[in-house]
Amino acid sequence: MLPNPAPPTLRELFLAFAKLGVTSFGGGLTGWMMQECVRRRKWMTEDEFLTGLAMAQALPGVNVVNLPIWVGYRLAGSGGAVVAALGVILPPMLIVVIMAASYGWLQRYAATNLALQGAAAAAIGLSLSMGLRAARRQMRKLWPACVMGAALVGVSVLHLPLLVVVAVLAPVSIGLAYRRVSR
Amino acid sequence: MRDNPLLTLLAIMAPLSLMSVGGGQAIIPEVHRQAVLVHGWISEATFVADFAISKMAPGPTSLIVTLIGWQVAGVAGAAVATVAIFLPSSVLVLLLARVWARHRGAPWQKAVEQGLAPVAAGLILAGSLTLFRAASGGWLAWGVALVSTAVIMMVDINPLLMIGAGAVVFLMVGG
Repeated sequence: MLPNPAPPTLRELFLAFAKLGVTSFGGGLTGWMMQECVRRRKWMTEDEFLTGLAMAQALPGVNVVNLPIWVGYRLAGSGGAVVAALGVILPPMLIVVIMAASYGWLQRYAATNLALQGAAAAAIGLSLSMGLRAARRQMRKLWPACVMGAALVGVSVLHLPLLVVVAVLAPVSIGLAYRRVSR
Repeated sequence: MRDNPLLTLLAIMAPLSLMSVGGGQAIIPEVHRQAVLVHGWISEATFVADFAISKMAPGPTSLIVTLIGWQVAGVAGAAVATVAIFLPSSVLVLLLARVWARHRGAPWQKAVEQGLAPVAAGLILAGSLTLFRAASGGWLAWGVALVSTAVIMMVDINPLLMIGAGAVVFLMVGG
């Protein structure tokens, strides 16, 4: 799957990330971004996206903001990084303030909470399906499959800090990949 | 620094930006300590409501600092707190992205990409699992999540439709 040769304009980038920002109910924004940047718009390859994701997670900061900066820069330089970050922050910022202002009113309606819970539950499906899709590709070779399994167990079963998992697995995995590439 | 709440907001939030390793959740305890216990800007109840709203609303949970900034010093407070929490870490990512772009196509970069991809795939799965465990609504939530996963994997559907469907199912079953 080749990435789309035509890079997006700043306007397109802003709108794409603004849409991602306002539709990311219940977390799992990463899944949305992968769906949008890799599958739908074909802006970059899956490996490129996943590299950005690993970096965004390992660096300090909120990874749902780090990742748009990474993707935006890759697609349209510094301007792209700025508009992608603004897109993912500004619209939700407005919504959060509006919701806080009308919180008393919202609370009176149990239905609001119920609908949001349902939306969040369905949104897990997007995150999980993107994870499974990426996993399927890594399962084809032995070492990547082992590394992926170790990352999953480290975070979900052993509850190790994310940074520790990346700091241990990334050098090993990159070293193995380097041997494959240079052969 | 009692005289200027904007400066205080900046001084508290900017270092937190660089301390939030592994997602925005990590900074919540410290935000709570500063806003409620140290400075007494907002009450415990307001903090709990702020947290619930920032989790419920779309976008990063760290937008809780926007709310606190707003409650402390209005629109200017919201703007200052938001910039302070996102800017320092963002500059760091931008610098790394520049270095990365300068060496694009280098053989070591191929190795880094191929090496990081499986780590990231594991992290996405782990993240989904965390969301799955934390979902409110018990079996109904898990059922909706699994059906939504299966549909999105098998059919090329707009995920927003699934999200809307999830809300409707909850309203019909729960209401």
